[in-house]
Amino acid sequence: MAEKFDVIVVGAGMAGNAAAYTAAKAGLKVLQIERGEYPGSKNVQGAILYADAIEKIIPDFRDSAPLERHLIEQRVWVLDDASHVGSNYRSEEFNREPYNRYTIIRAQFDKWFSEQVTKAGGLVICETTVQELLMDGNRVVGVRTDRKNGDVFADCVILADGVNSLLAKKAGFHEELKPKDIALAVKEIHFLPQETIESRFNIGEDEGVVVEMAGKITAGMMGTAFLYTNRESITLGVGCMLSDFKKQKTTPYQLLEQMKAHPSIKPLIAGSEMKEYAAHLIPEGGYEAIPPVYGEGWMIAGDAGMFVNGIHREGSNLAMTAGQIAAETLIDLKAAGKECSARNLKVYRQRLDASFVMKDLKKYRKMPEIFHKSPQFFTTYPELLNRAAHTLVKVDGIDKKTKEREIRGSFLAARSLTGLFGDAFKLWRAFQAR
Amino acid sequence: MSEPVKKPARKKVEVDPRFVNYKHVWVFIEAERGVVHPVSWELLGEGRKLADALGVELAGIVMGPPGERTRAICSEAFHYGADLCYLVQDEVLHDYRNEPYTKALTELVNTYQPEILMLGASTLGRDLAGSVATTLATGLVADCTELVIEAESRNLASTRPTFGGSLLCTIMTQRHRPQMATVRPRVMAMPEPDTSRTGRIVEHKVTLIESSIITKVLEYIPDNLQDKPQLPFADIIVAGGRGLKKQENFQLVWDLAKVLGAEIGASRPIVQAGWAELDRQVGQSGKTVRPKLYIAAGISGAIQHRVGMDGADVIIAINNDPNAPIFDFAHYGIVGNAMQVLPALTDAFRAQIAQARKAG
Amino acid sequence: MHSVVCIKQVPDSAQIRVHPVTNTIMRQGVPAIINPYDLFALEEALRLKDKFGGTVTVITMGPPMAEVALRKCLSFGADDAILVSDRTFAGADTLATSCALASAINKIRENMPVDLIFTGKQTIDGDTAQVGPGIAKRLDYQLLTYVSAIREIDHGNREILVERRAEGGVQVLRTKLPCLITMLEGTNEMRYADMDDMFRAARYPLKLWDRVAAGIENPDVVGLKGSPTVVGKVFAPKPRSKRAEIVETIDNDPKNLAATLLAKVFTQHPKLEREIARLAK
Ligand SMILES: Cc1cc2nc3c(=O)[nH]c(=O)nc-3n(C[C@H](O)[C@H](O)[C@H](O)COP(=O)(O)OP(=O)(O)OC[C@H]3O[C@@H](n4cnc5c(N)ncnc54)[C@H](O)[C@@H]3O)c2cc1C
Ligand SMILES: Cc1cc2nc3c(=O)[nH]c(=O)nc-3n(C[C@H](O)[C@H](O)[C@H](O)COP(=O)(O)OP(=O)(O)OC[C@H]3O[C@@H](n4cnc5c(N)ncnc54)[C@H](O)[C@@H]3O)c2cc1C
Ligand SMILES: Nc1ncnc2c1ncn2[C@@H]1O[C@H](COP(=O)(O)O)[C@@H](O)[C@H]1O
Repeated sequence: MAEKFDVIVVGAGMAGNAAAYTAAKAGLKVLQIERGEYPGSKNVQGAILYADAIEKIIPDFRDSAPLERHLIEQRVWVLDDASHVGSNYRSEEFNREPYNRYTIIRAQFDKWFSEQVTKAGGLVICETTVQELLMDGNRVVGVRTDRKNGDVFADCVILADGVNSLLAKKAGFHEELKPKDIALAVKEIHFLPQETIESRFNIGEDEGVVVEMAGKITAGMMGTAFLYTNRESITLGVGCMLSDFKKQKTTPYQLLEQMKAHPSIKPLIAGSEMKEYAAHLIPEGGYEAIPPVYGEGWMIAGDAGMFVNGIHREGSNLAMTAGQIAAETLIDLKAAGKECSARNLKVYRQRLDASFVMKDLKKYRKMPEIFHKSPQFFTTYPELLNRAAHTLVKVDGIDKKTKEREIRGSFLAARSLTGLFGDAFKLWRAFQAR
Repeated sequence: MSEPVKKPARKKVEVDPRFVNYKHVWVFIEAERGVVHPVSWELLGEGRKLADALGVELAGIVMGPPGERTRAICSEAFHYGADLCYLVQDEVLHDYRNEPYTKALTELVNTYQPEILMLGASTLGRDLAGSVATTLATGLVADCTELVIEAESRNLASTRPTFGGSLLCTIMTQRHRPQMATVRPRVMAMPEPDTSRTGRIVEHKVTLIESSIITKVLEYIPDNLQDKPQLPFADIIVAGGRGLKKQENFQLVWDLAKVLGAEIGASRPIVQAGWAELDRQVGQSGKTVRPKLYIAAGISGAIQHRVGMDGADVIIAINNDPNAPIFDFAHYGIVGNAMQVLPALTDAFRAQIAQARKAG
Repeated sequence: MHSVVCIKQVPDSAQIRVHPVTNTIMRQGVPAIINPYDLFALEEALRLKDKFGGTVTVITMGPPMAEVALRKCLSFGADDAILVSDRTFAGADTLATSCALASAINKIRENMPVDLIFTGKQTIDGDTAQVGPGIAKRLDYQLLTYVSAIREIDHGNREILVERRAEGGVQVLRTKLPCLITMLEGTNEMRYADMDDMFRAARYPLKLWDRVAAGIENPDVVGLKGSPTVVGKVFAPKPRSKRAEIVETIDNDPKNLAATLLAKVFTQHPKLEREIARLAK
């Protein structure tokens, strides 16, 4: 079939849907191809949605999108083997509409997002895998799918096929990802009756909590763990750098099991029904790891382009914005009657750089490296922090001054003064860096 | 019944005036080519209880070609608890066919007006029940696992699994008669036949003309039962589940079964993995069994499996997870690795049997 | 030749969860699939079309989201798809369901006669195997249930020859068209759609029929009103009063465990011991 489209979007995740929707809405002839049985079926469940990105694409998304709970409380825990110190931030601010952060179930959200693409006039084909890009010389002219008569052609192809884009690699746009640039995250969804969740986390209907965790649970590896409350379920997960898993010879699954057994977490999921166990790669390489994002007749968006902010585990919002920008770039070229050559698509990168996508990634560019160089963030410090907290909290007739001295002592014993200051400084710089 | 949960709880509803005179409990006696399906006897056992609860008579419905064999079925029905039998004999009824059987059964119902009509949930029973219920525009509850009379309303409360077996629901036909239900083989216990019992036979003539019946039976190819496992009526079953991990390990189940002269059963994952044929699947989408002894190795006891086997007299479960659901309804349990326990059991039984032999 | 295939979109029951307290179904995240048994019916209809030409129409009664299921059927090669959807259909039992479907199929027949109606053996949610026979009776079609193979179709005499799974054997039946066939599972394997099919399915303007369009004037014959059966309480299966007696020994060595178990079982069930001795040859 020699049918030709303005654009073919590969993937119906956050980036792909944003791109396909934006392009279709502007009247372009859009074909979107998704490998999953339905959009979202292949995607890691349970995530946090940041309103600003989707709002720019679908302003009234709140009216129809399947949103679980809006977040009113953020907990940050540093865990030791059997304890945790943490900070809660809960504010009535977060209860004022319009809310800006929600928990979502990807399977449902992606499905809804894809329906919007169809409504906008995009053609969405599921259960179909793009196997390779069709090239004319160095120019991408379409895609080859795994179905019979599966070649389809377009002026431009947007690769939104997620992390570790096989297509980009096949076409030679990427080289193989380095294990130190990807985190492996595993997630489980634990189902509980709505009331149970609301009483356990002390939240009202539609209100949600996020717990971000670091420390011993990652067994000294660079990584974090998280817990989100959905309407009828709790999303639980932990992610560490692939490289570390290799070194430490543990599996993500083991980590997750330990995590669920941790006295601070166990009661929260007690009596729940575990549904799925999903593993998913997150590109954590940050700014430094971003590959070329456009070329002759193609652009790349979302995880496929390594647009993930490892520190805040944002991704879907960067993915959406990137997808939107890619589509807008295309729309402008079409309007100007220009072809999708690398020279013209350069605008995409420029707009990305001007957007928060690259700004954020740039800002935290040094993060991954620092953490790699300093395992103590995930080993020594959690222990010390917890011990410190314990000593402080314990009432045993020792005056606070002595206690503080004890604590300082223990820190120093564990790591040299310069070491401590060094770490603090490195972190500080990383956060400040512009 | 695709959405039972959505329906509101029932309120008191009177029987439609047209049906006030409908009385008695009926069981359709399913005889394919003169061979009665045991489920019919099981249903008579259940029907007896219902009839007694209602203080009415229990009737067996017997259809077939004219001749001794067909008649003989009636006297068997009496042994299993029927007070009377309605007998329809006609050459046309030689093989089961939907059209004439539906016509005959519908006519019987309209003439003699039963309040309850039960059929086996066999291929024949389901085929017939669906057609008769539609023709009579009455309610039919499939695959019931429990049948009781609701005291105040005298309605039949039929319980059946729903939503892939994860739930049970109780369904009633309040305004219409007869209240129809099908029950799967082996779900109800087989009653002890009482050969001294007798009863009345009511012959009924239905006008059936072969030439006016469109569907013809050209051939009947009986299954050869030798190479087909007969789980439903096995006295001992040794069943294996996913806990056996590897196909080789399923051999351990065969070994024990051989010593016990038992049938081999399996949970669905095992069948899907191709370690055992479909006829060996025990459970909701497989066979329902009622052995004297059921040994389950590496089976979690998911509800869909349980509904197929918890009618067994004695259930022994081997599972390395002390919290496995199967221990909630098994009679005896060994918490341990099936790969070690099974061989041990095989030896123990072998020894036991040898001993019993010597004892004579 | 014109075949109508009845398909139903069902929740993937493998994934259904029950609210521990209210015993209601927690559907969140439970994907909807085409009733697996219906795919055998559809594939059989498509194979007849490949052989004899003609048209295959798929029909379903269900909520608007069932459109996805119909499009999938179109991608496999169905020519037309009809979604019969109306608020008044809610809470239908098999009698009301077959009423709505039969009446809709009658509507289809107004434009094109229907030679064959296919249904699956049963659904995995309703699980009754009654809707097929129900439709056949209402339309006065010959009913062929549990069909394992269609041997031949003689268009001249409008005759069809099938194998039907009966208890303890296989019936070879010959009947006249039109007829309704409920297809046995495992009788065929669903084909794989090519890209053109996918495009066609995605773009096809499928028909949406409400109650009136389906030819049902009287709302009392469908949905909850048209259902003689009424669902009372829904509940979770109760565990046996007594939990299993866990056999243990000090060392918990398999050998001793086995011995202890046998001793227990046989003392408490002497009959069983004799039974086993009898069976073991
Ligand atoms: C454990 C975990 C937790 C996370 N938590 C959050 C969070 O809380 N908040 C947040 O904002 N982000 C979070 N992220 C990141 C976020 O999920 C991703 O950044 C986001 O999904 C990226 O979207 P995408 O469209 O680029 O890729 P994806 O969402 O992965 O979509 C790619 C799609 O392309 C399809 N596809 C792939 N290859 C092909 C092919 N060859 N042919 C056809 N289709 C194909 C896939 O099936 C998939 O549907 C998390 C990630 C993980 C792993
Ligand atoms: C609509 C529907 C119909 C179904 N119909 C059926 C049906 O007819 N029949 C059926 O069986 N299932 C059926 N199922 C599937 C059913 O829900 C369960 O998935 C299935 O019964 C599980 O099989 P299993 O116990 O072998 O495997 P699992 O559930 O995986 O259980 C394996 C068990 O083995 C134990 N184990 C692991 N290792 C060992 C060891 N070394 N030694 C001892 N024990 C060990 C584990 O603790 C676990 O309890 C159906 C499901 C649905 C949704
Ligand atoms: N709502 C429905 N829409 C279309 N077909 C249905 C519907 N319900 C049942 N069927 C068909 O009837 C068959 C038997 O269904 P059931 O009686 O629910 O087991 C199914 O395999 C379908 O082919």
